[in-house]
Amino acid sequence: MFDYFITLVWIVIKILAIIVSLFLIAAYLSLAERRFIGFMQDRIGPNRVGPYGLLQPIADGLKLFLKEIIIPTRANQYLFVIAPVLSIGPALAAWAVIPFDQGLVLANINIGLLYLLAMTSLAIYGVVIAGWASNSKYAFLGSLRSAAQIVSYEIAMGFAIIGVVLAAGSMNLTEIVLAQQGGLFHWFWLPLLPLFVVYWISAVAETNRLPFDVAEGESEIVAGFHVEYSGIAFSIFFLSEYANMTLVSVLSVIMFLGGWLSPFEGIPVLSTWFNWVPGIVWLMLKVSFFLFLFLWLRATFPRYRYDQIMRLGWKVFIPITLIWIVVIAIALKVNIAPWFSNT
Amino acid sequence: MKLLKGLKHYFKSFLLWELLVGLKLTGKHFFSSKVTLQYPEEKTPHSVRFRGIHALRRYSNGEERCIACKLCEAVCPALAITIEAEPRADGSRRTTLYEIDLFKCIYCGFCEEACPVDAIVETGFSDYHFENRGENILTKEKLLAIGDRYEQQIAMDRTVDAQYR
Repeated sequence: MFDYFITLVWIVIKILAIIVSLFLIAAYLSLAERRFIGFMQDRIGPNRVGPYGLLQPIADGLKLFLKEIIIPTRANQYLFVIAPVLSIGPALAAWAVIPFDQGLVLANINIGLLYLLAMTSLAIYGVVIAGWASNSKYAFLGSLRSAAQIVSYEIAMGFAIIGVVLAAGSMNLTEIVLAQQGGLFHWFWLPLLPLFVVYWISAVAETNRLPFDVAEGESEIVAGFHVEYSGIAFSIFFLSEYANMTLVSVLSVIMFLGGWLSPFEGIPVLSTWFNWVPGIVWLMLKVSFFLFLFLWLRATFPRYRYDQIMRLGWKVFIPITLIWIVVIAIALKVNIAPWFSNT
Repeated sequence: MKLLKGLKHYFKSFLLWELLVGLKLTGKHFFSSKVTLQYPEEKTPHSVRFRGIHALRRYSNGEERCIACKLCEAVCPALAITIEAEPRADGSRRTTLYEIDLFKCIYCGFCEEACPVDAIVETGFSDYHFENRGENILTKEKLLAIGDRYEQQIAMDRTVDAQYR
């Protein structure tokens, strides 16, 4: 009985460690976003609160925390309150199966990727319900757009993931990383390059980030699904968006860029030099590159038109992924070295 | 030829060419020098003719310049200036009341141009604020205080601009 208790406490501690660091990452990602986009627009960005503006996210969080939550009169109160929870829940739950290093994973389950697909798909309910419960035209339009967009890109994303599963021969995230051992050119980004690009663009679309942010579309539908939310309820949507950004970045690193593996593996001198670096550092470096790419994309591209988004998702990405899955299947069958020689 | 063009377009869009060009542009600006002016510490330069908050000036012996001719009150298009005057004990004509309503003032600078003794001026200071109702009315004391405080700047602006007047 006592053993169970100890295990439970340990699990809770691990969960807390993940969630707290995730919230910190999300908070500072928002600061990084404002500073980096400012830099790309020849501005400085927020630099007043604390040294280099480092306390800005804390000030923002406090402000949002102290603000009043306004529930519109004609809104469905029950759904209105539950929508942010539905939005952040899956965004956090998905982190259970992410391996941060060899063996450093909360739940090393064999269907990790399937679980992740399920969780990222669930996130859409938060958006749809928020839009519906707000009883506002703008929120409703935003949530409808977002629903259509996420459902469309889920398919291309799913096919891209099938390619990874084929190549790795497993749905366990740890095993997917281990299948990529052997250095920079053994990682899956090279043999699965089209799937990698498709996965990344779909991931940007999935998280409703620019240039696919028609769900928010400030210039046309104010702020989309969360237009009626304020205070902490809004900040939960905000947090879940940034948590999802981090999640898809980690996922693309794990599936295509060798997770925690060192990029110098297999290079004679460098690999011994960088042996002491723990795997989680490599993982974080790779993830920060993708997070930076999120901000870079946002600073560069204008918003896609709605029909362009649909065309890209259905008529470009799905055919590409389908073709490349066939290519991978053939490559596996004829054992093309070095990626597919062991299976 | 048409086929070649189409093929080229196909390759370009599949290699995300245009997108990479865009990313390169923003990437370049990421490292370029920033144009932000950090306001309270840094300020944009402005003309010596800038028309900001008003001030009443004094002569160097401390005597106030204003002789209550009421030309400024007469010329003011927004009727923002109110003046009352009486002879002082020494017989000279001075104002007993000189008020400018900053809510009415349109900062046209006519009062300054009308003044025969350079008493009322508009200084170059544009950043000021009120914290209570009624503070928008600048009384004679306040105007003289502003003049005392910024006299150096006011005199310098006037000398620089004098040759173009």
